[in-house]
Amino acid sequence: MAINEETVKHVAKLAKLEFKEEEIHDFTEGMDKIIQLVEQLEDLDTTGVEGTYHGITHHSVLREDKAKLEVTREELFKNVKTQQDGYIKVPAIMDNGESGA
Amino acid sequence: MAILDHTLEALHEQLVNGELTSLQIMEAVYDRIEETEEQVGAFLALSKTEALAKAREIDEAGIDPHNILSGLPIGIKDNIVTKGITTTAASKMLEDFVPVYDATVVEKLNEIGMISVGKLNMDEFAMGGSTENSAFKVTRNPWNLSKVPGGSSGGSAAAVAAGQVPVSLGSDTGGSIREPAAFTGIVGMKPTYGRVSRFGLIAFGSSLDQIGPFSRTVKDNALVLNAISGYDQRDSTSYDGETPDFTKGIEKGVKGMRIGVPKEYFHEDAKEKGIVESVRAALKTYESLGAEIVEVSLPHSKYGIPAYYIIASSEASSNLQRFDGIRYGYRADNVNNLDELYVKSRSEGFGLEVKRRIMLGTFSLSAGFYDAHFKKAAQARTLIRQDFEKVFEDVDFLVAPTTTTTAFDIGGQIDDPLTMYMADILTVPVNLAGVPSVSIPCGFSEEMPVGMQLIGKHFDEKTLYRAAYAFEQATDFHKQKPAFKGGK
Repeated sequence: MAINEETVKHVAKLAKLEFKEEEIHDFTEGMDKIIQLVEQLEDLDTTGVEGTYHGITHHSVLREDKAKLEVTREELFKNVKTQQDGYIKVPAIMDNGESGA
Repeated sequence: MAILDHTLEALHEQLVNGELTSLQIMEAVYDRIEETEEQVGAFLALSKTEALAKAREIDEAGIDPHNILSGLPIGIKDNIVTKGITTTAASKMLEDFVPVYDATVVEKLNEIGMISVGKLNMDEFAMGGSTENSAFKVTRNPWNLSKVPGGSSGGSAAAVAAGQVPVSLGSDTGGSIREPAAFTGIVGMKPTYGRVSRFGLIAFGSSLDQIGPFSRTVKDNALVLNAISGYDQRDSTSYDGETPDFTKGIEKGVKGMRIGVPKEYFHEDAKEKGIVESVRAALKTYESLGAEIVEVSLPHSKYGIPAYYIIASSEASSNLQRFDGIRYGYRADNVNNLDELYVKSRSEGFGLEVKRRIMLGTFSLSAGFYDAHFKKAAQARTLIRQDFEKVFEDVDFLVAPTTTTTAFDIGGQIDDPLTMYMADILTVPVNLAGVPSVSIPCGFSEEMPVGMQLIGKHFDEKTLYRAAYAFEQATDFHKQKPAFKGGK
């Protein structure tokens, strides 16, 4: 096994995902196979090879740094589920009020 | 000949000389969709009212004889945002998401008067190779309705193959245009990274994603790429060099061209022999047209799958962080605090395959695994890219099968992610290298279409279209019509 259920739970926490207790076992097994597949890269000698992190071989092209109104504030709020006084309304950030923080 | 059997050029000609109106074409499109959609299931949404209104408007203004695509229909993959029209990426996460702007490609099509017919089904967030990962519906292959159309752009491919629309747009991160094109017997182009603006394409793997056209003929495909290409100041990775007319010189043939045949892409012992046989026969056709065939090697090909799944998933895990239930998208009910809102919205809104990729990506980027996974994959990517650069010193383009099998049965592989991932073995290296590749029909194996991909140098789509056109003119695979086998 390249990974175990504890690792899966840890990674899920990082990714802000959760799995039901009964799903974890199967999911871990599936993930383990995939990780074994991608770990075939270990066979490859990459000594001294620079990584490629971008899709472009040409240079990146930047526009002039000038503000331009493309979408209004009202439009941007169209897909917001709950709002109040021009703000997005969400549940309380901390459990049990400030004392629970 | 039915209206929708015509090429875009022929339709344009009839619009100009008054034999047809744009409204008649659009009505024919929606009639055909009505007739076939229950079997095919390509569309997630239709914009009939808007489309007919736009057609009338164009008819009234009169067709501009120099604007070849004006008044003609196109379908759009549902991960390309369309202002005022729900765009879901086939995810519950975006079920009610109505974009407030158009993607650059959509803006460009609107400007020239192409008419959007509707939004096409896909694998959720473009993750998959069968369209079975759609949260909303099953899309079927028009050649055999018990088989998948491929994916992730399965709706875009099925709609064109079924004759519902002459052309459509898809996106390709690891084969998502070429594989469905191969499975449904049509033409699908993944342009060079940077050729087409990604602004308004819902991001999956940002260093790999490209939008490209589907069509029944090579020239129709080139016409659509002409329309959507070009530098966009809203996408800093878009290419600011020249955009050629991809149809110019398309009929010049392949005489004297050198075609590379990468030996790693030909599995003579493959379980489906019809694929390699069809592509070998196609190479003979190219030889008879005056091209020279040269065997070449892309030695790092076998590292394509591991490198791709690490890079694409890592980029996805980062890109999909934006879906947090706050500003747009699915929001879970009954949560007690902000963290629960994030976790529950994401866990309820994303499907299993999307979660799998986010998990793999997060793992590959996490402390302790970054060097062995993400960094190593980036290095493998360099070697894969160099493989292509090296062979292109000697040959004009490459020819290889697009897929290792023809379209498989719906439900046949979906529970086996490993088999699904390995199916992308012939398409992902192209995305890692950023080079262009077009899949065209080149035969049949057990009554299902076989696709062959032509892979070119960076920004040399023109040679690919020219070579694809030469093959198309010499053969009649593109004229075969799907049988809707298994349908009523």
